[in-house]
Amino acid sequence: MITVREWRERLSEERAYDLIAELIEKARKNRYNSFITVTEEMALKQAEEYDRGERGGKLAGIPVAIKDNISTQGIRTTCASKMLENYIPPFDAHVVEKLKQEGAVIIGKTNMDEFGMGTTTETSYFGAVKNPKDDERVAGGSSGGSASAISGDETVLALGTDTGGSIRCPSSFTGIYGLKPTYGLVSRYGLIAYANSLEQIGPMASSIDDLGLLLEVIAGKDERDSTNSGRSFKYSPAEKKFRVGIIKEMNADERVQEVFHDFVSKISKFVEVEEVSLPSLTYALPAYYVIAMSEASSNLARYDGVRYGFALDSLDSWTNYFSRVRKEGFGKEVKRRIMMGSYALSAGYYGKYYLKALKVRTLVLQDFLKAFERFDILISPTMPSTAFKIGELADPVTMYMADINTTPINLAGLPALSMPAGEVKGLPAGVQVIGRHFEENILLGFARMVERNEV
Amino acid sequence: MIDDNTVKHVANLAKIEVDEDEIQEFRRDFERIIEFFNRLDEIDPDVEPTYNVIPLKNIMRKDEPGETLERDRVLANAKFKENGYFKGPRVVE
Repeated sequence: MITVREWRERLSEERAYDLIAELIEKARKNRYNSFITVTEEMALKQAEEYDRGERGGKLAGIPVAIKDNISTQGIRTTCASKMLENYIPPFDAHVVEKLKQEGAVIIGKTNMDEFGMGTTTETSYFGAVKNPKDDERVAGGSSGGSASAISGDETVLALGTDTGGSIRCPSSFTGIYGLKPTYGLVSRYGLIAYANSLEQIGPMASSIDDLGLLLEVIAGKDERDSTNSGRSFKYSPAEKKFRVGIIKEMNADERVQEVFHDFVSKISKFVEVEEVSLPSLTYALPAYYVIAMSEASSNLARYDGVRYGFALDSLDSWTNYFSRVRKEGFGKEVKRRIMMGSYALSAGYYGKYYLKALKVRTLVLQDFLKAFERFDILISPTMPSTAFKIGELADPVTMYMADINTTPINLAGLPALSMPAGEVKGLPAGVQVIGRHFEENILLGFARMVERNEV
Repeated sequence: MIDDNTVKHVANLAKIEVDEDEIQEFRRDFERIIEFFNRLDEIDPDVEPTYNVIPLKNIMRKDEPGETLERDRVLANAKFKENGYFKGPRVVE
């Protein structure tokens, strides 16, 4: 993994053009299938500008990879779906504008689960991402390509998106750092929607300081996202005596639990640690999936094969045309989620599923807020296991179960990061660090203290 | 619990064509997913629903015209277009 500081040292000795050209070559070989599109021309042009001294800013000359559900003007943005295989956005997402303003070098668009719907990046139309730690295993999902690109030294920084764990899961599986910001801190303008009340764009990197730096760049006011909080973020990691709660309901398999216990005993030397129970979490996972699928069914109604996206060879009557476009353009998991969402919202089931799920969401939020009266930080294993073998999870519901520790955070809109905590037979396992709304600096401060004490 | 007609009904609501041989597979998947959803039957919380966790109300921008995309850029991703318009499928038989 390459930190920003290491990259800047390289930049002081070599031309950005040569360094970027080297990364681009790696990205083009695509050993882990991290990239859907390599933005060679743009990256080399931006590197040249840096070499001529024309590219300043907080991320000057730093390579950044962008998940392929974030719109990039003039560069195809596929959501890893056949539906958008040839879609070229006419505008940049807010976060992409920010990256460009701060001098970043955009090296490519990363692979993901189709429309973000998955936990392994196996639902991608462009094939699964391989884990750089073991290429027979998945890198996690849905931001699998962003994680493998960092873990496999193909970029320095990356953007991911997190609807129910899609930044934290692949971070845990590949041994990197990833942060899902508080809902509303980062504008979603230009993020192709999956479940808009749950998702946020967030930074992925190989150190805590790099997460903080990238978050500082992408956070901030944007009128084009009506759920944007209008707040900005200045990276200033807190230093204090943290009160840490271990969430009783968030568990893992025996071996990952051992890694987690080691982490807890190490931090116990310098912080107060205590167990805390959040009983509503028992119902968080089904509530999350009801809400996510319901929102998906509405958001993905826009794919009609008329204005953009996959189209048939000729226009038929409207009833046939839309249904056929969507039959051929969407993959199986996307169809399942759209259809189950349509079911949950349909007449007679709205109260039983969708409304009930939103009430559970209230309980989850209340439980978290109550726990945060006693604690600054809550922790858990990020994932209940290490990375699965490619093809291991065939059944959809078994796959959903893997999101048990990550999805409650999105229901409550809280910030949470995953940081490497150890390994099980050479496979990384992460710890999830959760904080109060808009207290990213507490999270990052705690994680940085742990990082410095070499836990 | 889920029969073939339910799958067809939901597929029609979602405007996704499904083949006969796909119906069986979706039916099995849906049964599993609904069984998973039905865990919510165990509780009936007496609280208000939360649509959005960060309470924001009436977020409005100033009513000033901004930049819009040029017509050919808007149409650039469409396969079927005519005289500067999108061309859609026939609605009236």
